[in-house]
This record gives sequence, structure tokens and C-alpha cells, in this order.
Amino acid sequence: MKYIDEFRDGVTACGVAKQMTLEAKPDRKYNLMEFCGGHTHAIYRYGVRDLLPDNVNMIHGPGCPVCVLPIGRLDMALCLADRDGVTLCTYGDMLRVPGSEGRSLLKAKAEGADIRMVYSAADALKLAHQLPDRQVVFFAIGFETTTPPTAVAIQSAQAQGLENFTVFCNHVLTPSAIANILESPDVRELGTVPIDGFLGPAHVSVVIGSQPYEFFAREYHKPVIISGFEPLDVMQSILMLIRQLNSGRAEVENQYIRAVSRHGNIKAKRIVADVFELRRQFEWRGLGVVPYSALRIKDRFLKFNAEARFNLNYTPAKEHNGCQCGAILRGVLQPIDCKLFATTCTPETPMGSCMVSSEGACAAHYIYGRYQDEAETA
Amino acid sequence: MSAPQVRTKREFGRPLNFKRGVIELSHGSGGRAMTQLIDELFAKSLANPWLEQGNDQACLELPAGRVAMTTDSYVISPLFFPGGDIGSLAVHGTINDIAMSGARPLHLSAGFIIEAGFPLSDLKQIVESMAHAARAAEVAVVTGDTKVVERGKADGVFINTTGIGVIPEGLHLSGDLAQPGDCILINGTIGDHGVAVMSERTELDFEVSVVSDSAALHDLVRVMVATAPQIRCLRDPTRGGVATTLNELARQSNVGMVIQEAAIPIRPEVSAVCELLGLDPLYVANEGKLIAVCPPQHAQSLVDAMKDHPLGRKSAVIGEVAADPHHFVRMQTAFGGSRVVDWLSSEQLPRIC
Repeated sequence: MKYIDEFRDGVTACGVAKQMTLEAKPDRKYNLMEFCGGHTHAIYRYGVRDLLPDNVNMIHGPGCPVCVLPIGRLDMALCLADRDGVTLCTYGDMLRVPGSEGRSLLKAKAEGADIRMVYSAADALKLAHQLPDRQVVFFAIGFETTTPPTAVAIQSAQAQGLENFTVFCNHVLTPSAIANILESPDVRELGTVPIDGFLGPAHVSVVIGSQPYEFFAREYHKPVIISGFEPLDVMQSILMLIRQLNSGRAEVENQYIRAVSRHGNIKAKRIVADVFELRRQFEWRGLGVVPYSALRIKDRFLKFNAEARFNLNYTPAKEHNGCQCGAILRGVLQPIDCKLFATTCTPETPMGSCMVSSEGACAAHYIYGRYQDEAETA
Repeated sequence: MSAPQVRTKREFGRPLNFKRGVIELSHGSGGRAMTQLIDELFAKSLANPWLEQGNDQACLELPAGRVAMTTDSYVISPLFFPGGDIGSLAVHGTINDIAMSGARPLHLSAGFIIEAGFPLSDLKQIVESMAHAARAAEVAVVTGDTKVVERGKADGVFINTTGIGVIPEGLHLSGDLAQPGDCILINGTIGDHGVAVMSERTELDFEVSVVSDSAALHDLVRVMVATAPQIRCLRDPTRGGVATTLNELARQSNVGMVIQEAAIPIRPEVSAVCELLGLDPLYVANEGKLIAVCPPQHAQSLVDAMKDHPLGRKSAVIGEVAADPHHFVRMQTAFGGSRVVDWLSSEQLPRIC
């Protein structure tokens, strides 16, 4: 595949790996957090870890939208799907996640709920036109990447005067999550949790630009490299982080220059600002309640807000006692440090957020990296 | 599927309307309408001496040797896809399951469960495609059954086929025979069937030129076992794809496997579609592929023989069997690292970002 294979080339990767080994100082560790599930996926899928020097340690961040959605919000979606006359549209990887009773959208569908897998908000809008007798609800999740299409769908629904289309909005914001991790006591206290730098989001940054990260670099003195999702992007970004750390810099650098600019997609940001406003607070699975970290639909578009139309209320659900997802998302623990990992918590029966999507830290490690644990314990 | 030869069309009044007619409940009720459907469609298209006898069973004389038997149900949506349809698939799939034992497939049964209201024109196309596939494979559909269910209780048509075949003397293939050091082979590109079917699904607005690889593999198997009777296992990587088949074989044989990503044949279109949809082609279905495990000293001659066959032009050695009590299937990535190729956790679903 043109424009894809170039970023997965093994020979170039080998060259970058050699350069890393040359430049990484043997007397220190480099603890780097890749923010996005997309990075985590690339690291495991292509075996990037095998190419890194031993003293470069990758910590998987909270950037998987499926993982961070709290069970209580999923319960609301299940409750919606069970209503007579409702057709719930959802992204595919949300289907398998178990709610508080262990019931997933996939199970609800098997029991007769009308749940459709869609590839975009536009597909849900199309469905609303095709099913005028049904209330079509789009289960909107995701970071800034999926937010603009949801906003466009709401604007279009209003322009078209659609009466049977609403959005159950769960869009969350990347910068607030990064700030939350950096503000958490175990990261603040020097030495407890070592996060030396970040691989910043790729797709999210296409929309919001690289500018929002400048604050972290300055305030927390942590370098941020905006990194693409291909394995060579990840390798090059790690090398760039090593260089910044070696020279004591803490700046925002953009590795993903083929798609990201400093100010991002101004038109998309304007559309988002037209439709959405900040929520005072929002619960993140694994991180807890994070202030000003999510979006809600403005009152001007109230008739398209599923929470208002269907009178939905949020009840926080309890996580499993032994679940260590919060600590894993903040880089305090690794998946294998959790007692539930690969015992009661598996991709088939996920107990915590990091196991529910293949991009979650635990699921990625379970699916792609498990043999290394066996080799180490053998 | 009884079909007395002496009947004439006049017996049923008007012939079936294959242009505009639809299946009704009466077509499955055992009465005249059912007999007419069997006569004018099934017996006519699938014609062979066993069906002509018109009995409720086929009486078969089998050559000497061990008999291999298998059954499979086909519930595919959409029913028609680039490169095939449910009819041809129901023949190829069952023949392949027989052939993976090294057996020569001989006879099939076919059971149809049809939803009332299903167009007769579509049914005709499916049955004719089934007949064509069976004839091409020199296998006869010798007995069958038709049931009609109320509208909404099936998805158009479901087909079950059962097959039997006879294994040549001295041949013993089984999924539990793989040994460390053995080579793992495949007869061509992966994921063609799954991608062809997905591209037909209405919610995806893109066109691809990929056609299903649906094919009967028994003739390729005949060539393979003649070249290397030492082959230890054969399996067709259908649902769950190559990854699932390798995990099954590893578990059954109590071994591990190491495959080379760069050696696995894949069409650029298939990899592009998988890329767009966030799917891993290793888990995408095939219907005309087989995985073979053989001792290393026979791997080259086997690949050469496979490449000489029309269904094996892109054959390749893709990895080898390793000793591993954990039964991991590992892959050396083209990027230079390695990873586990795990069992699929339920269905593969597209990723959000």
C-alpha cells in the first residue's frame, strides 16, 4: 500500500533502532507514555518493543475512547437500547464492553434490542432518514477526532428538521486527561511515577493542533512529541523524545507533520464550538471524575440531545475491587502487576477498562505480548 | 428430495414461475407444491442416478478405505457475493472439510431451509450454482431436504451440506501430528473471501475488485499427497482465518508456531480494505485456502507441486512449528519485531481510531 508501507519498513526501522541505541544514555531510564490506543496498538502489533533499547520503557496511556467510558454511561446506552421504538447506532468496538450487570450491547442485541453497528455519525443520520418510525440514537464516543463528525450530524439533523434523530454524547477531551495524569499525587511526587515524556495523539492533533500541548511542556516540564500511528512514526518520535531528554529540553515537537499543524483544523474546531460546550465534570473509567474533560450538546440543539429527550440519568457503577486500571493508566503499574490480569480478566471476560478494547493497555498486552511474560517466568 | 421420472409438468398445472414467483409455505409442506419444486428445480439441476431413483435415501457403494464424513451449515449474508454464492459455497466448504483428511470427496447431501417469500429466481440461481460447483468437482448431491419457514424466521435461505469421501490407503493426516521443526505452508493469498463478502454489505460505500477465493481444494490435495504423502496436517482456514487455524493446530499438536509476516501472501486490495476497516487479515475468512504442515525436508518439493496447480500458484512456506508448552503462535513482523497471533476474542470488530 502506497503511503502506508513506507511507514512500516523494516530496514528503516532497523536504522532508527541503531540510532536510538547510540544516543540513549546507558546510565538512565527513559519512561515514556504513549497517550493513544492507536500508539499502543502499533507498538504491539508490529513488535516495536523488540527494537527499543532496554532502558526505554513504554507506559500505555488512557487514550482509548472505549476504555475510558465509564460503565455507568454504557448502562445508559443499554437502557436506551431497551426502549420501545429506539434504534441505537454504535461504533463496532463498543459492542462487546460489559455493563454493570455484565450485559453488553451485543447481548442486548441478541435479546432483541435494535442495535446497529455504524462506521460514522453520518451513517446513523442516514439510518434516521431510512427509519422514520424509529427513534434513531447515535451513541457518540471518542476524543476530538470523532467529535467534529458528530457535530456535523447534529447540524445537518437540525437543517433537515429531523424529528427522530438524537445523539447520546460522550465525547471527551485529550488535554484534560493528560493534565489529570500529571496532576495525580503519584505522578506529582517526584520519583514515584516516572513519566519523562509523552508521545502525543496523532488523529486528535489533526483537529486540535499541536498548540494545546505547549502548556504541559512548559508547566510540567515534560516533552511532548505529536506522533503518527504507524510503527516508524512511533520509533522516530521515541528517538526525538530521547534527544529532548538528553539535552534537557521540554518542548512540543511535531513528528506527524504530514497531517498536524500548530493550530489544527480551524473549521472543524469552529463546528465543534458551535454545537458543543464543556461539561463541568465527567467520569473517566480508570481516572475517576475529571473536571472540564468532556463535552455536552448546547441547549440550542436540545432536541437532538438523547439525554434530554429520553430523560436519562447517570448513576456511577462500581468497578471490581481488585482492578488496577487506574494505576495502569497513570503508569504506576504494568498490566502483569494486576492480580486479575489473564486470570479472571481476559478479553473474553474483561473486568476493567484496559481490557475492553484491543487498544487498551491490558488487552494489547494480553493479545500480542503475553508470550514474553511466559518466557520471563519460565 | 424424491424425484419420480414419470411425472410430467402437466401433473402440476402451471410450471413454477422462476421469474416472478416466490417460495410459499406449501413448498415445504410435503404436498404437491413441494414435489413440483423438487422436480422442476432440485432434481432437474442436480440430476444424477441417485436422485432419479426418487427414494428418501441414497444407497451408495463406496470404494475400499477409511470413510471421511463431515457436515456444515451455511448462513452467509449476503447470499450472492463476488466470486460465488451460498450454493457454490455450500459445495466447496464441505468438499474442503472432507479433502483436508486427504480423502477423495464422493457424495453430498443438501438440506435447504427457506424463508417464505424468497424469490424463486434467486433460489434457482443458488441451486444451479450448487449443481455447477458439484459437477465441476465431480461430486454428486445424492439426497436432500427442503423446509420452508414463516417469513422473518430465517434470513432468505440456509443450507446444510453433509459430505463423505474415501481416504486412500496408507494416508494418515491429522491436526495432532505437527512436530517441532515442521514447515507451515499455505496455497495462496489470505482474506479474499472475507473481504469480498464485506464489500457487498450495504453499509460500506466502497467498491473493491476482490473476489472470493471459494473453490474446491480436493484436486490440489490429491496432487499434494501424491508429492508428499508425509504431510502431517491439512486444514482450511475458513471462519477466524489463518490465525485461528494455526492456534487450533498448535493446541491439538501440543506445539507452538512461528510465522513470518513478510512470507504470507496477501493482495494489496485486501490489505487496504483491512487497513480501512481496522481488521487484521490473519483473522479474515478464506474459502479456497489450506494450511499444510509437513516435515522440512519435503517442504520445497511440496511448494513446487502446489505452485504447478491452478489453486496453488501463490503457495508459500510461511513459518515453522516450534516446541512450546504454551502453544503460542508467534509472528516475526515485517517491521522487525515479534508478537503473539492470539485466538480471536469473539468476532473481529472495527476499531474506532
